[in-house]
Amino acid sequence: MNDPILEMRGVSKTFFGIKALRAVDLTVYPGEIHALMGENGAGKSTLMKILSGAYRPDPGGEIHIEGRAVRIEGPLGGRAAGISIIYQELSLAPNLSVAENIYLGREVSRSGLLAHGAMREGVGPILKRLGADFLPSTLVAHLSMGQRQLVEIARALHVRSKILIMDEPTTSLSAAESERLFALIRQLRAEGLAIIYISHRMDEVYALGDRVTVLRDGRLVGSLDKPEIRADTIVRLMVGRDVSSFYKKDHDPKAGRGHPVLAAIDMADGGRVKGCSLTVHAGEVVGLAGLIGAGRTELAHLIIGASPKISGRLELEGRPVEIRTPGEALEAGIAYLTEDRKALGLFLDMSCLDNINLAVLGRDAKLGWILDRDKARERADRAFAGLSIRAANVGVPAGGLSGGNQQKVLLSRLLAIAPKVLILDEPTRGVDVGAKSEIYSIIDNLAKAGTAILVISSDLPEIIGICDRVVVMRAGHIAGEVSRGPNSPLAQEDIMGLATGMEHLDA
Amino acid sequence: MPDKGAVGAKPASTPTNGAAAETRRQRMRMLISALGMLPVLLILCIGFNVLSEGRFFTGQNLGIVLQQAAVNTVLAAGMTFVILTGGIDLSVGSILAASAMAGLTLSKVPELGMLWLPASLLTGLVFGIVNGALIALLRLPPFIVTLGSLTAVRGLARLLGADTTVFNPSIPYAFIGNGSLTLVPGVASIPWLSVIALLVILVSWLVLRRTVLGVHIYAVGGNESAARLAGIKVWAVLIFVYGISGLFAGLGGAMQAARLYAANGLQLGQSYELDAITAVILGGTSFVGGIGSIWGTLVGALIIAVLSNGLILIGVSDIWQYVIKGLVIIGAVALDRYRLQGSART
Ligand SMILES: Nc1ncnc2c1ncn2[C@@H]1O[C@H](COP(=O)(O)OP(=O)(O)OP(=O)(O)O)[C@@H](O)[C@H]1O
Ligand SMILES: [Mg+2]
Repeated sequence: MNDPILEMRGVSKTFFGIKALRAVDLTVYPGEIHALMGENGAGKSTLMKILSGAYRPDPGGEIHIEGRAVRIEGPLGGRAAGISIIYQELSLAPNLSVAENIYLGREVSRSGLLAHGAMREGVGPILKRLGADFLPSTLVAHLSMGQRQLVEIARALHVRSKILIMDEPTTSLSAAESERLFALIRQLRAEGLAIIYISHRMDEVYALGDRVTVLRDGRLVGSLDKPEIRADTIVRLMVGRDVSSFYKKDHDPKAGRGHPVLAAIDMADGGRVKGCSLTVHAGEVVGLAGLIGAGRTELAHLIIGASPKISGRLELEGRPVEIRTPGEALEAGIAYLTEDRKALGLFLDMSCLDNINLAVLGRDAKLGWILDRDKARERADRAFAGLSIRAANVGVPAGGLSGGNQQKVLLSRLLAIAPKVLILDEPTRGVDVGAKSEIYSIIDNLAKAGTAILVISSDLPEIIGICDRVVVMRAGHIAGEVSRGPNSPLAQEDIMGLATGMEHLDA
Repeated sequence: MPDKGAVGAKPASTPTNGAAAETRRQRMRMLISALGMLPVLLILCIGFNVLSEGRFFTGQNLGIVLQQAAVNTVLAAGMTFVILTGGIDLSVGSILAASAMAGLTLSKVPELGMLWLPASLLTGLVFGIVNGALIALLRLPPFIVTLGSLTAVRGLARLLGADTTVFNPSIPYAFIGNGSLTLVPGVASIPWLSVIALLVILVSWLVLRRTVLGVHIYAVGGNESAARLAGIKVWAVLIFVYGISGLFAGLGGAMQAARLYAANGLQLGQSYELDAITAVILGGTSFVGGIGSIWGTLVGALIIAVLSNGLILIGVSDIWQYVIKGLVIIGAVALDRYRLQGSART
């Protein structure tokens, strides 16, 4: 085997006295896809941010690139060392064009003026090589998530990076976009790039990984070569024990299926949602499937009054209700977990405690207005224990948590409400396997207790694993419904068929 | 493939020592960020005391400083609420003038004279709520709305006194403007104006840190869309904060009226909004909202007062006072940015 392109030795990182990384050694070779796995908060993103120069490691560690020791200082340092990173949250400027984004920080100018033409021409070949279907002059704001990712990759190629880091790149991509991305990643590997790939999705790691390195609690607990990459070996390394049954569905939808709790009738917003009706019964978990862009999130926003509707009505437990704002939805007992936790969910500067209690502050308050701090504290502690949220304490700002732990904090806020109807939009996005199974069993228990649950998810195995019934949306309409037979499970082909409008599909 | 075992032989103590140093550094930074601008305030006080050969730390001078800080502290407290939501209130100086004019005018009406104080407060509150309603319900930008009312309310203030100065040497409750609360007879007393300012800070702290509304204010400033989706009535929060800012401006007007026995709609409160905003920013409250504390604002207001007082005390000319004040403000905020760097997120 050839020489490693990257060697990290004894790299540690401490945040405010909390050890995020403890003497991690990582070796990466050119032309390999190196998967990095670990539970939420294990330190994956932190390790990569050290490589890219976003964080400075504690003194004492060493980083070698192509055999030479380097010090990476600041984001430009990472770039100079040949390392590019595509963050968990994309970092493009939406108000600039594709070419301007790719050249950001290294703009070409002629006598002080930006040379737009030259920049556009400069990125043309790379975009072509990546198979991009948009022009260099397109505004990034007009691109889909998948296309934006291509721009990020183009930026990395353009600076001739030798190491490309991708931190959960597929969380906001459709299945087709993910497939395209995988093909591209393989192509880049063939060209000799080293790719470090962070993901919580086993299927992606099987499909791509040449080697898997697992972090736990900031320590490197092992590396697996291709033949050893199996779910059980990885999970055991990640959580230090076996996770037996993954999807949990103990509640009996037939016996427990109560009265209809939520009925949405003919909802439309004049745009992405064109007349959709669906019903969720007490104690039932209904999946809302469909391709990205089918209008699922928009339908959820209509139901909770987050966007104005042009037609449609809601019935709650058989009675018509008028819901115009998310606040009214909450008062009526409908809670919604947003898919966009950074922009629409969390308050990054506020403590986890406040984030968790936000929706129930009024209910808990003494005399209607005075905060009940003991109750809030207790609730937050319980949420931390129940979902094993990893942070120094409940008082730290939510923004300092790892992606998956932020998701758990947001989920805790909804669970605190104890709603009648729970709408979960991509509830396990960015969440590690252990926590996923915790979330599934929470959903299961809520259904047992009679909550009506609607789960929007792009993860088909997840939908099939936890739902009793799946409603499928396509292009703003309800395309159909797939039910679980007495002995037959939900069929992936049926769902994909409805979602794409094709009868058969090798999904 | 070479295995990773070979590189585990580094002396184990190196990373540990480094980590401990890093931890210590971060602890230090946390301490500094908790104290905020307090050290700057103390340094200024000590510096002026040395330069003025001990004339700064006299009971009488400190009383003057506190009194001078009082009105700005009250305005800045209201401004803190507004800036925490990511807004701005440029109209507080004008509202202060209008409230003082309304109060003084009413105080001269024989039967109703005693009602001048509530009338001032009410005037401020009403203007504040109008600001808030325009911002929250019509979704107009706060900068524009309050820039408009800065001008419009100033006009109304002049109108109230028919563009003259209104006097009332026998205004009721004059003691709040010039009297002092005796703490230890003959030894220590504190101006009523300062007592009011401290009470305002205390009440603001209670609202911000101990009530549901307070958390909602931080939430709206931190992430307005998320706040809306979490069921917070964002419009109500906005009307409240501008209402509070107006109310405190009204209180400031009453304090000025009681102190001066007079008010002039044209001159009173000119550019007070700038001092109030400066105090809030010096206090470490983020201009984009969501981060900040009322205690920081108090320190900020005191820094401004100490600076004015100290520069006069050591005989710096009026013109240079402006220059020095401006530079200190920029320097202090630069320092602030530096100390916040440690906690910057990515
Ligand atoms: N800026 C920060 N300030 C304080 N603590 C931080 C910061 N960034 C990360 N941490 C802490 O470091 C630890 C590792 O976080 P990291 O983001 O690397 O996890 P991760 O493995 O990427 O998890 P996930 O799969 O959830 O994204 C966590 O406990 C997190 O709270
Ligand atoms: Mg991460």
